[in-house]
Amino acid sequence: MTIETLTARRLLCPLPVIRTQDKVKQLKVGDRLEVICTDPGVMQDIPAWCRINGHKVIEATSGNHEYTILLEVGSS
Amino acid sequence: MSKQRKAIALISGGLDSMLAAKTIMEQGVHVEGINFFTGFCVEGHTHAIREKDKAKPKRNNSLWVAEQLGMKLHIVDVIEEYKNVLINPKHGYGAHMNPCLDCKIFMVNKAKQWIVENDFDFIITGEVIGQRPMSQRKATMPIVAKESGADDLLLRPLCAKNLPATLPEREGWVDREKLHDITGRSRKPQIAMAEQFGIDDYSQPAGGCCFLTDKSYSAKLVDLWKSQGHKEYQLDDVMLLKVGRHIRPQPNFKLIVAREEGEGRFLQGYKNEFISMISVSHRGPLVLIDGTPSAEDLYLAAQITARFGQGREAEQVDVDVTMLDGSERTLQVKPIREEDMPKAWYV
Repeated sequence: MTIETLTARRLLCPLPVIRTQDKVKQLKVGDRLEVICTDPGVMQDIPAWCRINGHKVIEATSGNHEYTILLEVGSS
Repeated sequence: MSKQRKAIALISGGLDSMLAAKTIMEQGVHVEGINFFTGFCVEGHTHAIREKDKAKPKRNNSLWVAEQLGMKLHIVDVIEEYKNVLINPKHGYGAHMNPCLDCKIFMVNKAKQWIVENDFDFIITGEVIGQRPMSQRKATMPIVAKESGADDLLLRPLCAKNLPATLPEREGWVDREKLHDITGRSRKPQIAMAEQFGIDDYSQPAGGCCFLTDKSYSAKLVDLWKSQGHKEYQLDDVMLLKVGRHIRPQPNFKLIVAREEGEGRFLQGYKNEFISMISVSHRGPLVLIDGTPSAEDLYLAAQITARFGQGREAEQVDVDVTMLDGSERTLQVKPIREEDMPKAWYV
């Protein structure tokens, strides 16, 4: 299992989702991706995108005006 | 057994595209959504920046629609390709800088490319004849189909009965009798249809889903092009037009003044790319200076910066200036008086 990090600071919705979508295409089922953002909208949008596309949010945390989502790539 | 047909639906996040997709899904067609991000989409942006909007829901409506309908959504970054649509619209602009007809043709064309690459059969949009004065008229429907290259693979389920039958209808992939004949600007038929489908939560953006339909935003874009001397832009340019007060005292520079904490935090991210100012003797907003100001211009900019802080009535305000090379200095200025700031300076 690979764990990768995607930095999407300063990007506004839906760009963090698009960058996540593009990155996930390069990963395998079971790999994990940590996405670091500054747009609070990602706390809704990335989980919604994961639900639609069969991926799993492992953890979503926030602090110091940053939002981090750890997801696991599913088999969609 | 007949092959299950597949359609891609252009999903804006509004009600019409949601109903169009749902209408076709109800006929047993496999539908996935596609949403194009041009850089000018209203979705969430200002909500994400401004502190006062923190309480508003920040959901992305196209994602939300896809989830409600139980379909996949493909969000496609078309920022670079869209520049040509905005800069050189063949069919011109609408009331502001909105090239709606060219935009629709562009998006349907992108969807056409997508169905070819992904082995889908046809395209769905939520267009309604007479719904929009520029892009959704009886006369523009065939223009969109023809100039996008989609031709009769483009199905508009909400007004299909008022248009010639498309290939999916003629081939029996969808039942034309179960499509609709909505026309005009009234929202009543769509609201009734939403009720029939059990859809009770949907987005109804008052000003549309694009910043280019906004008068104030369009004025800032025109000002940007005028100051540059050419119609070009980068994504950061169009993002910054959404934030703060834009004040242009001279053609060679403008100030972007944060209106509140959230905007200040957002502008902070651009500090290394602009000359910046902030009042240090009194509380005040972060200000970015865009352009090539002279030393005299910087003094005027500092006076304006002081005007927007709590020292606006003070005899003297200390304003820290950070130049592009990172060097810093403090200017001591008397804040400019409100009456000395012509309205024409506000972009």
